[in-house]
Amino acid sequence: MKSGARLGLILLLTPLLLWLVLLILIPHVDMFLVSLRERVGVGEYQVSLANYLTFFQEPLYLWTFLRTAVMSIMATLITLLIAFPVSYFIAKIARGRSRSALFLLCLVPFWVSELVRTFGWMILLRETGIISNLLQWAGLVSGPVEMLYNDAAIMVGLVYTSMLFMVVPLVTTLESLPDEVIEAGYDLGGTNTSVMREIVIPHAAPGIVSGSIVVFMLSLGNYLTPTMLGGKDSLWFTELIYSQFIVRFNWELGAAFGFMLLLLSSLIVWGMLRLTGQTLERTMG
Amino acid sequence: MKTQFLMTTTALVVTFGAVAQADTLRLLTWGGYAPEEVVAKFEEQTGHTVEVTKSNNEEMIAKLRATGGGGFDLAQPSQDRIAGPQAEFGIYKPMDLSKIDADLFIPSMLEATKGNTTVGGDVYGVPHIWGTSGLVVDTAQAASVKDYTDLCNDDVAGKVSYRLKRPTLIGFAFAMGEDPFAAYGDPAKYEEVMAKVEEALIACKANVKTYWGGGDELMGLVRSGEVVASMAWDTGGWKLNEDNPDVTFLAPASGALGWVDTFALPAKGKADDVAYEWINFVMQPEVAAMITAAAGNFTASKGADEFASDELKARYQASFPPEAIDNIKWYPPVPAGLEVIEGGVLDRVKAAN
Repeated sequence: MKSGARLGLILLLTPLLLWLVLLILIPHVDMFLVSLRERVGVGEYQVSLANYLTFFQEPLYLWTFLRTAVMSIMATLITLLIAFPVSYFIAKIARGRSRSALFLLCLVPFWVSELVRTFGWMILLRETGIISNLLQWAGLVSGPVEMLYNDAAIMVGLVYTSMLFMVVPLVTTLESLPDEVIEAGYDLGGTNTSVMREIVIPHAAPGIVSGSIVVFMLSLGNYLTPTMLGGKDSLWFTELIYSQFIVRFNWELGAAFGFMLLLLSSLIVWGMLRLTGQTLERTMG
Repeated sequence: MKTQFLMTTTALVVTFGAVAQADTLRLLTWGGYAPEEVVAKFEEQTGHTVEVTKSNNEEMIAKLRATGGGGFDLAQPSQDRIAGPQAEFGIYKPMDLSKIDADLFIPSMLEATKGNTTVGGDVYGVPHIWGTSGLVVDTAQAASVKDYTDLCNDDVAGKVSYRLKRPTLIGFAFAMGEDPFAAYGDPAKYEEVMAKVEEALIACKANVKTYWGGGDELMGLVRSGEVVASMAWDTGGWKLNEDNPDVTFLAPASGALGWVDTFALPAKGKADDVAYEWINFVMQPEVAAMITAAAGNFTASKGADEFASDELKARYQASFPPEAIDNIKWYPPVPAGLEVIEGGVLDRVKAAN
């Protein structure tokens, strides 16, 4: 009987283990080995840390990473600020069909691919685009305005792209907060702010943290949105990795960049968890 | 009825795989180089199937490098991008020239390509399609643009575009009076030339609306009027000319940059014979003309020009007076490792403010 249960467990775990080992572990090990190679001549390589040194010695690469990280953190904060009231409304205020309808509205944009959504923003923001023409028609501006190809456009794109991933965990955690607890807060003389601060936000903390981690990672690893909306000034770290691999044939440096991205982003997430006094276990549990 | 018969035969042949008469040709090529009608005609004549994957130079090399030259049976990289990657990664196999009908090719172009794609005594490529890159200019609004460096003029500020890739570096170097091709063999000299180009491109950055990435993006920018002058391929300019007669392709004063896309056999290709069949098929003048009509570029097929449409010929002649043709700078083979120097320059230009 016991060995039967064990066999069952092994069988159940096999797909997961295969997935993890074949698709995540082995490629990463291989990538790590590539990142340790240095090209010394035509088709000749030797083991060295030269690629990692390049990352730290060329200010451009470090600067690009910092820029990407800071912009991603900002995108996460903005997404949280916009998504929290929306989620609160969906979870606590809306009732019945309007609630499902609202949730569906958040979901609908994600039925089309990211590429199409980004194109949508390009049509809106470009010089000959809808917003520019609308402003001119209303007489608010005298000539066409270019709103594309700058950091603000990237930010808009990132926030829009990650909204759903913040709303879903927030709605789930807020739904698990009984209405009676909030009512009790008001009965005991709490104001809107104090109820929000003392009851709702602490309860929603795991949702906030898990949503923030997902949004941060998605923004940091996003390639399409910064490249398309940022244009000549996009400068995103994933773009550097892509160009090392595809345009420069420099897989070694690209692999080292990939590992630095993995390492530094994990470090940032860990630091944020420590800073806010949250743990990964609480967030996931 | 006929298709049904064909399908049954195909099914039978597939079932008895040993017969191996009908193979699949996995073709790694550029958009427009294998139009549907040509593929259909080839499939009908030979019974083989063709799977087309559209790509570009860098992605082709990256894809083949990832598999050690597997996954495709025929690739179409530019002739200057064969020798370097072949020496470095060994992703192609030598061509058996006896299986290619040399009479179908323009002799000078065939010889030049063979010379440029020779590594260790073996030939790795034969020419297919050629064209140039230069300037696409809205002559009504950007009359001052005659050369690459004119894209940095004040009167077109904020209304120009180019690709942040190696053709731009090379083009600017020529326009600045340098000869980057002569410096190919000398990394120190090449770095010097590229440093000058880097300075110019950084100074020019404020003028640029955005760097375009794909042909469609450029078309959108020029059609909407947001960009009035750009570095581009000749066919892009001719296509835009159909919609707006003011916009056309211009061979820059310092010379258009000429490229030749080739046929090359990936090292682990499994259908070499079909690949040779395909090459000999598409190089026939009538078929080559069909490809010219789809891709907009001329081929290395001898006699195909006669089948080209008059409009295309007229556009070609307007863009290329005889002296401009003589002034075309053909890309010599890129030595391995040069991309790293260019990569650094491109990264720094992209990062500059």
